[in-house]
Amino acid sequence: MIIYGVALLSACLILGMLIGEVLGVALGVQANVGGVGIAMLFLVLSSNSDKFKALVKGASGTGIQFWSAMYIPIVVAMAARQNVIAAFEGGMLAVVAGVAAVIVSFALVPVISKIGNSDTSSQESQ
Amino acid sequence: MEILETVFVRNSLVVAFAVVGLTIWISYFLADKLTKGRIHGSAIAIALGLLAAYFGGKATGGSTGVADITLLGGIGLMGGGMMRDFAIVATAFGVKLSELKKAGLAGVVSIFAGVIVSFVVGAVVAVLYGYTDPVAVTTIGAGAVTYIVGPVTGSALGADSDIIALSVAAGLIKSILVMIGTPLVAKTIGLNNPQSAMVFGGLMGTTSGVAAGLAATDPKLVPYGAMTATFYTGVGCLLGPSILFFIVNAIL
Repeated sequence: MIIYGVALLSACLILGMLIGEVLGVALGVQANVGGVGIAMLFLVLSSNSDKFKALVKGASGTGIQFWSAMYIPIVVAMAARQNVIAAFEGGMLAVVAGVAAVIVSFALVPVISKIGNSDTSSQESQ
Repeated sequence: MEILETVFVRNSLVVAFAVVGLTIWISYFLADKLTKGRIHGSAIAIALGLLAAYFGGKATGGSTGVADITLLGGIGLMGGGMMRDFAIVATAFGVKLSELKKAGLAGVVSIFAGVIVSFVVGAVVAVLYGYTDPVAVTTIGAGAVTYIVGPVTGSALGADSDIIALSVAAGLIKSILVMIGTPLVAKTIGLNNPQSAMVFGGLMGTTSGVAAGLAATDPKLVPYGAMTATFYTGVGCLLGPSILFFIVNAIL
């Protein structure tokens, strides 16, 4: 049943969001701390586990795959509802700060990926 | 006209599906014919979405792009936080646990590095523009982290509303640039495997930017980037009004 997969996906999201919200309160932060990431972990764990086989195999799995495939259209809709005007009304300071932050962060991707890589390769050699 | 409006408004989400579907069809057509597949169709679709958001905002004066246009209100629901998070979580279906473990450490490092680096860059730019008040400098720096961390930090520190608006603008610029820029730089920065995608998500942190940027680069990388990115704003809200503010306060 397709709804079983959709229900599992929903349960993962709600559980993750609840934990993220509790983490936020516990840390004294006005934000959800990693709710979506935690929800993704739940989905990865349950889709790799035998116990949840009935909820992720066959037709049930297509219920999750559908939403996974709707991701790009949803992102396009998300882009179409951004406050693009406000982004440019902030003036040059906002543009310079935003652009500079992105350039420096882009440049760090290969550097930090390398840290991880040397770690895993040393583990493999052990 | 009135009948059309009634039908469109009553079925707003369904209208959004149709409009977005048409947009994506046009985008893939353009990607195929004009760029011979060099630019990914979804990159064009996202750029069209942002362009539409600009004109929507200009026409209505609202803050949610085309979703402020009555006939296209459903775009607001379809592209809102609830659907975005639901679809992001769904992309984790089929992710291998071993890939996550492999990039775990680098992912965690990247989140903290990303928050701190973006903050420092934003704060330095604020100082270069003549700001000396620690609260203002911290708020603008936090805005360069994400457009959520900026106002959260600013209101915690009691910053003026124009400074908070500035920090939101910086965060929005960042988010939009990540959406458009990621497919362009992906090759140069080695963004072609789950591990670098996790590092990328942790460094950029803007969930919308990472989500759209990776979708336009390689949809297979989305779950890895999104996983780390969703921790970024939380870490930013944690560090911004506390440690980072104390450091700025001590320096200025």
